[in-house]
Amino acid sequence: MRAGVIRRTATAGAIAASAALVLAACGGSSSSESSAALDPNADLTKQALTISNWAGYYPEDLSAKFQEAVGAPLTIANHATNEEVMGKLTAGGDSGIDVAFVSGQYAQALNDAGLVETLDQSLIPNLSNLYPEATQLPYDPGNTFSVPYAWGTTGICYRSDLVPAEPTSWNDLLAPADENKGKMTALATERWLLLPALKSLGYSINTTDDAELEKAKELLVANKADLLAYDDTTFYNRLMAGETNMAVAWDGWCNYGIAEDPNIKFAVPSEGSDLWTDTMVVLKSSKNKEAAHAFINYILDPVNHAWVAENILYKVPNKAAMDAVGADLAAAFPNMGMTPADLVKQEAIIDVGEDNSKYTKIATEVTSG
Amino acid sequence: MSTPARTTRGGRGAARRRALASRAVFLGPGLFYVTIFMAIPIALIVSYAFLEKGRFGGVRLVFSLESFTRALEPVYLSVLGNSLLIATVTTVLALLIGYPVAYAIAKMPKKWRTLALVLIILPFWSNFLVRTYAWIVLLNSEGPLNKGLLAMGVIDEPLGLLYTREAVIVGLLYAYLPLMILPLYASMERLDHSLIEAATNLGASRVRAFFTVTLPLTLPGAMIGAIFVFVPSLGNFIVPELLGGGKTVMVGNLIRDQFLKARDWPFGAVLALVMVVFLVGLFALQAYVSRRINGRGARA
Repeated sequence: MRAGVIRRTATAGAIAASAALVLAACGGSSSSESSAALDPNADLTKQALTISNWAGYYPEDLSAKFQEAVGAPLTIANHATNEEVMGKLTAGGDSGIDVAFVSGQYAQALNDAGLVETLDQSLIPNLSNLYPEATQLPYDPGNTFSVPYAWGTTGICYRSDLVPAEPTSWNDLLAPADENKGKMTALATERWLLLPALKSLGYSINTTDDAELEKAKELLVANKADLLAYDDTTFYNRLMAGETNMAVAWDGWCNYGIAEDPNIKFAVPSEGSDLWTDTMVVLKSSKNKEAAHAFINYILDPVNHAWVAENILYKVPNKAAMDAVGADLAAAFPNMGMTPADLVKQEAIIDVGEDNSKYTKIATEVTSG
Repeated sequence: MSTPARTTRGGRGAARRRALASRAVFLGPGLFYVTIFMAIPIALIVSYAFLEKGRFGGVRLVFSLESFTRALEPVYLSVLGNSLLIATVTTVLALLIGYPVAYAIAKMPKKWRTLALVLIILPFWSNFLVRTYAWIVLLNSEGPLNKGLLAMGVIDEPLGLLYTREAVIVGLLYAYLPLMILPLYASMERLDHSLIEAATNLGASRVRAFFTVTLPLTLPGAMIGAIFVFVPSLGNFIVPELLGGGKTVMVGNLIRDQFLKARDWPFGAVLALVMVVFLVGLFALQAYVSRRINGRGARA
């Protein structure tokens, strides 16, 4: 999900964009025929695997440990955003990537485009570690082409010692108490920029209805004067500094603030929010599919998957891993204890295709207005 | 332009070949660089501008003018207008601040001049992002400035100094002021002081001598400085994001977002093209005006 686990500097992004620009000089995608059945006894040491993941979203020694455990050499490419890796995967031809980490809505789109392999679940026995809820996610019920890596939601991250009342509704942000005026930040990435307004109005976060979007826009334009800033990446620093009282925040990122200041808390507003999922997919163009399956199976090992929860402070959809992490983490970071049942009550965010431009335009109108 | 004409008929071809060869050697690396890193990317931008966007970024090979008509919508025109306003105000302030500074440095004894110039470019030794971030640390409501003013009782409430258009202008001015001072200094250093002397000897007051001699002769330097400040200010997207708190959108942010967030490469290409055309026009204007000034200077 994240526009990168850490969005590097804007400059790095710009370089990446121009590189992608050159790389994808010609569009169009070619989908090869589905490959023959996988060989469970394939020699994995001969399959040099390349994955693309968000920078900083995996252990630094992942390559070495994976090769030690499975035998296949592993090369890791980093991407900063979904858009960046999607550019590579959809540019046509073989991207050279065997396994890609993308958010659920993008996995769905890749499947629609015929670019990802149907998984051979017999090669991923660790799938049984997943929560039952995590096997029935709306973008891919039954994990036919994707396996969830991390999941979570969006809410309000706040300083319990500074706010006049604990926030329970998106309206605490959209129609703030005087004490909070000028002491709040909102997310700038378009889908999440619109989320608070859409949910407070009772609309779907995936709406493409012009009238609904217009109403949400009006709400956000009026709200702008009450915000200190739009901030995707440093909102928890501002909370820690006391520069703000509350912020629209991704759950995992709020944890980075909670880790430093116990007065920082996280709440999912009563109107509901989104369910985001980051997933792993195997590319159809991969020539190392057995190793690719072995990689997914390796990640789903409770010890390996728990690393994400312990170090990134994102919830992982792996029951065995979350049980292994223990109650300490949930005590320190209450949103880590959010149950899968509660999580799947939130609305899954999906790609709205061409209508995405409506969100982009509203985001521009709101922030530049 | 012309090779020596005093060659025999037979030798002329060889001389021309030698001239061509030396031209190729001297121009080759530069031309290669310009072709690879300027001409081809700009050709790509131009061609993308006329295509349809791909679903996940990239382009579809379908001709379309939609991105051009979209650029004319009020929301995008207002972003462009806002960017022009910010860049213009920044440039004017840089000129007003930079001119006296450059003048003072040019008047210094020689040994102090070098030191002063080193101090002017000293900030460039640290990373631009870090320097911009420093303003956030300084100006935020919990920062040293507000804390200090509160402690001294000058203010009762922290001042909202950050995340405004003014903060963006301060950041840009800080970043690019040296680029105004340096060309101004260069033009002042080259100034022929006997001209000013002549003016005062002929009865002009110091003020009049300044306005009729110094100012026109340093104007080309001022124009170069103005371009150096205006161009990067107009295209900047880091300062508006950090110091504007995302509440001030400039055309640089818009272009960046088209590629990294909105996945609309054709529209991003159109916006980039608008910038290129605009800036080429600006350079042409600058060249024209300086030529006129220099021409007049030569006659005088």
